[in-house]
Amino acid sequence: MTDLLSDNEKELLLGNEAITRGLFEAGVKFASTYPGTPSSEVGNLLEELSDKAGMYFEFSSNEKTAMEVSAAAASSGVRSFVFMKHVGLNVAADPLMTLAYSGVRAGMLVMSADDPSAHSSQNEQDNRYYSTLALIPMVEPSNPQEAKDFVAEAYDISEKLGLPLLYRTTTRVNHARSVVRLGKIRNDTPLKGHFDKDDASFVNIPAYAVKNRVRLLEKNRLAQEMSETSVLNRIEGEGDIGIITSGVAYCYVKEFVSGVSILKLGFTNPLPEKKIADFIKGKKMIIVAEELEPFLEDQVLRICAQNRFDVPVHGKRDGTLPREWEYSPDTMQRLKDLVKVPEAAVPMAAPDLALPGRPPSLCAGCPHRGMFAATKRAVGNRPVVYCSDIGCYTLGVQAPFRTADFIICMGGGAGAAGGFAQATDQKPIAFIGDSTFFHAGVQPLTSALFNHHSIVMVILDNRTTAMTGHQPNPGTGRHFGGIDTEAVDIEKMVKGLGVDFVRAVDPYDVMSCVEVMKDAYEYDGVAVVISKCPCPLLLKKDKKLAKKVCVVDQDKCVQCYNCLRMIACPALIKKDGKVTVDPSQCIGCHMCGNVCPTKCIEVRE
Amino acid sequence: MKYSVQIVGVGGQGVLLASMVLGNAAMRAGYEAMMSEVHGMAQRGGSVLSTLRFGDEVYSPLEATGAADLILGFEPVETVRSMKLGNRDTAVLMNLDPVLPGNVAAGFEEYPEISSLIDVIGKENDRLYTIEATKIATEAGKAVAANAVMIGAVAAVKGFPLDKDLLKEVLLEKVPPKFKDLNATAFDMGYAAMAAKQ
Repeated sequence: MTDLLSDNEKELLLGNEAITRGLFEAGVKFASTYPGTPSSEVGNLLEELSDKAGMYFEFSSNEKTAMEVSAAAASSGVRSFVFMKHVGLNVAADPLMTLAYSGVRAGMLVMSADDPSAHSSQNEQDNRYYSTLALIPMVEPSNPQEAKDFVAEAYDISEKLGLPLLYRTTTRVNHARSVVRLGKIRNDTPLKGHFDKDDASFVNIPAYAVKNRVRLLEKNRLAQEMSETSVLNRIEGEGDIGIITSGVAYCYVKEFVSGVSILKLGFTNPLPEKKIADFIKGKKMIIVAEELEPFLEDQVLRICAQNRFDVPVHGKRDGTLPREWEYSPDTMQRLKDLVKVPEAAVPMAAPDLALPGRPPSLCAGCPHRGMFAATKRAVGNRPVVYCSDIGCYTLGVQAPFRTADFIICMGGGAGAAGGFAQATDQKPIAFIGDSTFFHAGVQPLTSALFNHHSIVMVILDNRTTAMTGHQPNPGTGRHFGGIDTEAVDIEKMVKGLGVDFVRAVDPYDVMSCVEVMKDAYEYDGVAVVISKCPCPLLLKKDKKLAKKVCVVDQDKCVQCYNCLRMIACPALIKKDGKVTVDPSQCIGCHMCGNVCPTKCIEVRE
Repeated sequence: MKYSVQIVGVGGQGVLLASMVLGNAAMRAGYEAMMSEVHGMAQRGGSVLSTLRFGDEVYSPLEATGAADLILGFEPVETVRSMKLGNRDTAVLMNLDPVLPGNVAAGFEEYPEISSLIDVIGKENDRLYTIEATKIATEAGKAVAANAVMIGAVAAVKGFPLDKDLLKEVLLEKVPPKFKDLNATAFDMGYAAMAAKQ
């Protein structure tokens, strides 16, 4: 692994590694997050490095809390960094909106890692609009080098304005890797500050809020002036065709479009309106290249209208460039009638051959398999809506499980379950992971109790935040950065809320889980089943996975395929009618053996 | 000079390690490098694609469809699935040892004959090189060294701009000390297997 605290001249860094290094070079002393791809690696790196770097870092229980702890740090004069995936900012939007009114006393960056093409997400929302909604400055890097360098620049902007700043990245910035020239690590910023009380700023009762809005608008005018002269907004090349671009789209324009003048924007809220107007003046054509929504384009069109420029503006509004999905070099071909782009290669033709699919799937021995199998067996043909949530168990949408009928957001399945309970005669069963439960599952559970919704909540407690790369959560306790805490006990917590039906089960004992799930289905009121089993992938990583493997006794096997149909474990192989186990994949969890009617599968050490 | 590599395979095969080795070697050779990696949900046993572009001046982390100079295929079906990344003159280095998708293992879908996979690429491409990387790695000592075999083989691909010794040096820095000898042997065997085909 690359040493992010080194004083090497250059390193080959992932965007998220570069951002982490950028924090050290900017003297950031406080960071918080809730993990979410494509931002997750920053958290894993800080878990390991924050102590050595002399900064405080935490995984908060959700993005809202992460925003609030970092807001308090920055309000006390400590440079802070809160980061999350794009949909996480929806959760944290409430504090952000008013934090802009309060202002901050040390620099504060809010990193939103957007995910065009929804590689690991449920939508491809464009969070640049949060900057205009909250009236806060925004900076957008285009590549790993900028992702590091712009951090320090962004802190200066945030501090000059006394405002949190939206640091907006996308997957192809966070997960691009390139040669990055390193700078000096900064050690002169305080780790502890002091909160100087000031009700007029930090207590936004209506009388103060209306005044703070005026102050915020004034800060935006100042921000606009800073944007006009910022080094983050620059012009490259010459020509009477102008391309206005930001983010990773710049990289495609820069490499694949020639003979044009490029206005490359890095400080994208407020936009440098005069600079844009001067750039457009005298051009015969303007192209706006940006991923997702026409955020820049609409403002460019407005600037043209206000300046009475009569110049064609090509982009998303006229259909020249797409609004959906991430851009690539191929996207630049859409400009070939307007500008010079390289001739497209002739790709090999798609094969006339059926290829087996290879979708991501639950791992061999994943305990979610057992819980899904048991639930399906317990429910049978009775009416049900499987409300699922955000995590590995989202993959329950696949056959043979099909245990995900409704997924919208973190904690959304548990919330929707209450609605299905009242609005339909289908029994809602909500699956939710341990980390997601702490993030947004406690509130809907409380609400279901309050309103007597007849729901089943299955908490899939695998002792980690698995999908994003195994971060700790309140249910695991914290054990890094010199801080050790006790794990929060989910079972006690649920009982404490007043849930009467609470059962803890071992998902590897599938057939026992079937009986518990039958009772839960029948229960009138809120039933909670806690599936307790650590993620085997994490055990493997930590070298704590016992070496066991399942073996099928072919003499006893009656080829009923219960194991395949119920568990569908990737370690099970069916060939010529015979079921065998792939020892390279099997972890010896014995779920297959548990559902076997002839008990023909044994575990061997 | 500009050169692009598309590395395809299955999560867990070492696609990311291979791209790190090639990328670091490119940096050490004095080139600029831009790469794009797959993280997150797609890693759960799914198809994995990693892009590496290096040269005197590169900006884009992604390559245009059909424009790859080299496709490094860690798995036969995945190589065919990603054929469109290359063109007739793209060097295609394909490992012939399959990783069965879950649905194939469970008997719901069929894995195509390896010979038919070779044929579909061969029809469209003039520079297909096949290698039994997993088999060679097993001979070298351990099947997990298949990615070292593949990296060694890359070094022997005609026109590949990075030096063999540099690649080997970077590879050996990236693997755990106790597997250095294994990886060195696997690298050399991969190089030899490929060199014999050209």
